Amino acid sequence: MILRFQVNATDVELDVLPMARLLDVLREDLRLTGSKEGCGEGECGACTVLIDGRAVNSCLVPVFQVAGAKVETVEGLASGLHGHERLHPVQAAFLEHGAAQCGICTPGFLVAAAELLAHTPHPTRLEVREALAGNLCRCTGYQKIVDAVANALGRQGS
Amino acid sequence: MLRIAPTFEVLRPETLDEVVNLLDQHGEAARLIAGGTDFVPNLKHGLYAPEVVIDLKGVSALRGIEHRPESLVFGALVGLHEMETDTRVHAVLPSLSRAASLVAGPQQRRMGTLGGNLCLDTRCVYINQTEFWRGALGGCLKKDGDVCHVTVTGKKCVAAASNDTAPVLISLGATVELLSPRGVRHLPVDELYINDGIRNLALGHDEVLTRVFVPRPGPQRRMGFEKLRTRGAIDFPLLNCALAFDLDEAENLSEPVLIFSAVAARPRSISQLPVGRLDAALIAEFGQRAFASVRPLTNINADVDWRREMVPHLVSRAFEAALGRASATPFSLSNAR
Repeated sequence: MILRFQVNATDVELDVLPMARLLDVLREDLRLTGSKEGCGEGECGACTVLIDGRAVNSCLVPVFQVAGAKVETVEGLASGLHGHERLHPVQAAFLEHGAAQCGICTPGFLVAAAELLAHTPHPTRLEVREALAGNLCRCTGYQKIVDAVANALGRQGS
Repeated sequence: MLRIAPTFEVLRPETLDEVVNLLDQHGEAARLIAGGTDFVPNLKHGLYAPEVVIDLKGVSALRGIEHRPESLVFGALVGLHEMETDTRVHAVLPSLSRAASLVAGPQQRRMGTLGGNLCLDTRCVYINQTEFWRGALGGCLKKDGDVCHVTVTGKKCVAAASNDTAPVLISLGATVELLSPRGVRHLPVDELYINDGIRNLALGHDEVLTRVFVPRPGPQRRMGFEKLRTRGAIDFPLLNCALAFDLDEAENLSEPVLIFSAVAARPRSISQLPVGRLDAALIAEFGQRAFASVRPLTNINADVDWRREMVPHLVSRAFEAALGRASATPFSLSNAR
């Protein structure tokens, strides 16, 4: 099918199989390899992207479901779409706090955290944890990740 | 890598008439998709082999929440995230709002719908596996085999009803509206499920669930929901407990309903519940009644004796929720021990 949608504020038109996974279309057809495949069945959140501003697992989305939608990937966070010059505040905070180890889960965490920022400007620490509940990190724990997101939110408020 | 074999056509109706025509035309060869968070993993695992997939997301008649004087009416496409964050729903039906907030993780709730959760396929450790894994065992009653690996006789599929919203809707006396080429019919949510894990829905292959009607509770109605799961952040239930009762000004409890799920192919209603003055002894009696009726099976990946021991605790927590004294912390394996 011919599918039209927006990725990171750019209009795209692709000839795709309707049941192809959004994740594969992003990574292989559009070469946006920031979104990762972890479990492939919606448990780990490494493939998280925004569809019309909502964080979802792109490995569970048949691509026909994004017809006419606005999709944002981790690549879009650093491209000035959110009004920041270079890095999204969450990305800057991840760097500062050393909140990434192997990095596979990081794009998913960043996108989920960006959704939180967009909808809840001053969330509590519990809200940060809840917003990141669908994202798993297998390297270590979540302390530095939560610290980074909490700090990023502080920056945004300032 | 879990990809979807693209061996079928996707149809995208925009009206209910079109949906009904497509169901009439394709019948059992068709599968409906809404949010896809249950359907897609099952498709990847080779549990379904539809010829056509009918996408419901473009049918605007299935959206929206109506606040009527006598009931709340939810379109089947109302999102679980919408249900958990809608303050008007939370004010009237707190246990339903709570159940929606405990389905899977945030990403699934942003795609998943109420209708999809009610039609969630049953789950079992022998079925929610890859085709390769299941093939090594020769399949099971639900798919590609002729024996159940859970029960002693092996003649009945006991895959568990794992939808979180179903037990709550049963406890609230909700009904569903079903549409087919033969017309419209209404069923109590309790009668939407049958005790067969292979397919536990009393829903014809040409029927679509269109709306859910939840009666507006009276001023004395109290309600609570508790879910036990392995991880507090994301998981299918190890047990679900939905409670509703009337409480008068003298603290007398009447008209109780207590439902457990994730114990059999359909949610289970606990019978012979006590009534009377609400105190610790009465709550303990509810717990004992539930403990006597709920016998978890080995088809969910947690110790059955431990799950059964958790039954009275879940009842207590559901009472705390119903009385507005609940902890915000989800009940999980890590904090239940």
